[in-house]
Amino acid sequence: MSWMDQADTRSCVLLRLGERRFALAAEQVAELAAPSRVFRFAHRTPEIDGVILRRGRVVPVCDVAERLTGKRLTSRRFYLIAARRHGKRMDWVAIPVSGQCELIQADLTPAGSSDSPHVGGWLSYAGEVIEVLNLNALMPASHLTTPGEGNIVPEVHAQ
Amino acid sequence: MRSATEHKPPVRTEQIILFRASREIFAISSASVQEVRSVDSLAGAPVAVSEPTLKKIRHAIRRGDKNVYVVNTAIHFGLRPSPAALVFLLRKSRVALLVDSIEKMTTMTRLQALPGAFCNEEHAWYRGLTVIDQNVIPVVDPTGFLSGDELFLLDAATGSGKLTEAGGAAGAELAI
Repeated sequence: MSWMDQADTRSCVLLRLGERRFALAAEQVAELAAPSRVFRFAHRTPEIDGVILRRGRVVPVCDVAERLTGKRLTSRRFYLIAARRHGKRMDWVAIPVSGQCELIQADLTPAGSSDSPHVGGWLSYAGEVIEVLNLNALMPASHLTTPGEGNIVPEVHAQ
Repeated sequence: MRSATEHKPPVRTEQIILFRASREIFAISSASVQEVRSVDSLAGAPVAVSEPTLKKIRHAIRRGDKNVYVVNTAIHFGLRPSPAALVFLLRKSRVALLVDSIEKMTTMTRLQALPGAFCNEEHAWYRGLTVIDQNVIPVVDPTGFLSGDELFLLDAATGSGKLTEAGGAAGAELAI
């Protein structure tokens, strides 16, 4: 049972992307981090901007603003570090946000059949109806099974 | 009586070569590189390959009765081609890599699998990511440059007369 299936009053984190606000379930949010150097290397996943180093972990940066609002962020004030479960593995992603985030309690309404896949539900807060994001639908995900399952491989092996 | 620290397992490490291709830095296990040669030293030896679907391969080197295919590393990774100066001949492989330069040799102690958000060819390109001097460096998979199907295609192409002896001919050098 996912967190949306048991939706009622939940803790959510509000995040700002340009002029709009979105929400994520608080249990999916690890931390809010100050912008840091983005490392870029050759790859073929256009949704990913690069990676940042956070607490010894390499975290991909996924800018979802353009997809959600139609505009790229002109400034990145923070990275919202979120976790999503993908099978047995836990994936971490850094979402650039353009303003402060806010932890709230709100009543959630499950998404309807006509909602976009990235909408996990809705909440009403301060007179605003806000999309609760479904990270699994919003972010690219590898369907490949690799040794290490996305976690840190603590050792390297001489060939 | 031994102290607790004596029971710590030794940290396993791996020697890697940091190299540049099109200005970007990559790492490769030094154990997978059999030989590093300058492009100039191969200028007279390679044979030209013309396989339209594999633009990253323009040359092969004859080794015994087999071709070793020279992969332009920059093109393989979708980067802008740059003048290559070195060739890595890979161990137990029929692949050689054209690279710009060697940055340095160093040791990595940890390899992190590519995050699951990366979902395309890069999973075949890289064994994972490592951090060297506070920089994130992709560690290339030496088996990811040419698939079995691509080798088959190249062998078939060269066997059908598309591979021509080009040693000594103008423009036959490995430089791009």
